[in-house]
Amino acid sequence: MNALASVVQQQAREAAFAMPLESIDPANPDYFVEDTVGHYFARLRRDDPVHRSVSPIFGPYWSVTRYHDIMAVDTNHAAFSSDLARGGIVLTDQPEGEKLPMFIAMDPPRHDDQRKAITPIVAPPNLATMEPLIRERTRAVLDGLPRNETFNWVDKVSIELTTLMLATLFDFPLQDRRLLTWWSDVATMNKAINPGALEPHERMAELGKMLEYFTRLWNERINAPPASDLVSMLAHGPATRNMSSLEYMGNLVLLIVGGNDTTRNSMTGGLLALHDHPDQWAKLRANPELIQSLVPEIVRWQTPLAYMRRTAVADVELGGKRIKAGDKVAMWYLSGNRDESAIDDAQRFIIDRARPRQHLSFGFGIHRCVGNRLAELQLRILWEEILPRFPVIEVVGAPVRVRSPFVRGFSQLPVRIPG
Amino acid sequence: MRGLVHCGMVLRCPLTIETMPQVTFITFSGERHVVDAPAGISLMRAATDHGVPGIDGDCGGNCACATCHLFVEAPWAGRLSPRSDHEEDMLGLTVDPRPTSRLGCQIRLTDALDGIVVSLPEGQH
Repeated sequence: MNALASVVQQQAREAAFAMPLESIDPANPDYFVEDTVGHYFARLRRDDPVHRSVSPIFGPYWSVTRYHDIMAVDTNHAAFSSDLARGGIVLTDQPEGEKLPMFIAMDPPRHDDQRKAITPIVAPPNLATMEPLIRERTRAVLDGLPRNETFNWVDKVSIELTTLMLATLFDFPLQDRRLLTWWSDVATMNKAINPGALEPHERMAELGKMLEYFTRLWNERINAPPASDLVSMLAHGPATRNMSSLEYMGNLVLLIVGGNDTTRNSMTGGLLALHDHPDQWAKLRANPELIQSLVPEIVRWQTPLAYMRRTAVADVELGGKRIKAGDKVAMWYLSGNRDESAIDDAQRFIIDRARPRQHLSFGFGIHRCVGNRLAELQLRILWEEILPRFPVIEVVGAPVRVRSPFVRGFSQLPVRIPG
Repeated sequence: MRGLVHCGMVLRCPLTIETMPQVTFITFSGERHVVDAPAGISLMRAATDHGVPGIDGDCGGNCACATCHLFVEAPWAGRLSPRSDHEEDMLGLTVDPRPTSRLGCQIRLTDALDGIVVSLPEGQH
């Protein structure tokens, strides 16, 4: 971290601990661009762990910031709904014309049926079958990286690898794969947060193109024998074959964003974390077997989805606060993953933790990330292939972070590989 | 042994004698891991404390991740308390749920389970 960046962090810390509690609004997107939100979470965990804010963007919402409180909300899906009709899983309330039904934003029993339809493709037996292909593609991408020149790790590695993976899962034409990246970005765009985003009607028009493309694939696959790609599974699965177009679109968005943004940002965040902690990088180089615990530690450290939203179904008490029916509740995984009362040395990046998998990044309860094992597999292969290839990867400039309190990610990380 | 059990931690009463029921875990590839674990802890903890491969317990015993999925056959299955609704919900997240499926974190070891044999799925999801 350079001198300017540490001044920014120091000032943010002082501000976070000096300001009146009622002014703290951790969903402020500026905090995510500057990466200063952690100071506000530290204050809230200490002084007001279940905290009400009024955001100029999202309106009133509750922030749950401690690990065990987050676990309590996440595992109580009867009291805290994910259903789109009540508000869904992000703080923005989508207007009628932009609501996309998808199983992450459903309560049981519909959620369970649709989720089960796609579970097998990301389940351990299928992942074992896919591993050689993922490795081959990872090697090809790494072998093609430029030497002795500065390039953007996000674009050339993180986006390229996750998009290739997604194209493989969908059996999507490889030459068009960057459309998946674009649609993923479009799906999470929010004009209220980012002035550069598309207008809502333009956004829906782009997602309409996605639906058109995928409807073509659906029609091809429905007329062919069942295959092991996701589109074929949806088209032939009893719980999904009668989905409406809107629901198909919603579930595509879920799978594209879920398989794209998250792993992408852990691929970048992992490199940055190791760069920022040279002692850990040295430890990894000395003992590559630590990749097993490095991977979950990267996922904890990055927390690529900073929160998930729930909506209280009835009045409920949490952490001494009265949450009313209909209130928005943000479970800040990013904050729970830094909670010292649940995770030893939570503020430190340590690649050989005793229980590295006990983090909140995948969520807990019935909405736990369905692709978590695939994400870990991709990250494991990436680091297994990086270590023998590149003795040094220099991070040569500051990262550029995405302006979003939901997707905690990067648009740029300039690096240089000598050689 | 009698004890208070909360959040996967055991508070041991100093006046009782601790017993160590034996558990056999059979991995998907057929390896047998035999461990002696204190009564009162869960099957999940018995596995993770002894480094038995194939059981993760990511949520620390909150019945919230389904990464301690295992199979319990007769006669042992009949000696366990039935699955709660919550355990049923979470088993729905596993790849290969069967009538014999349980979550290890929801089964407390007791003397009556001394000698229990359980088998593990191909992988935790």
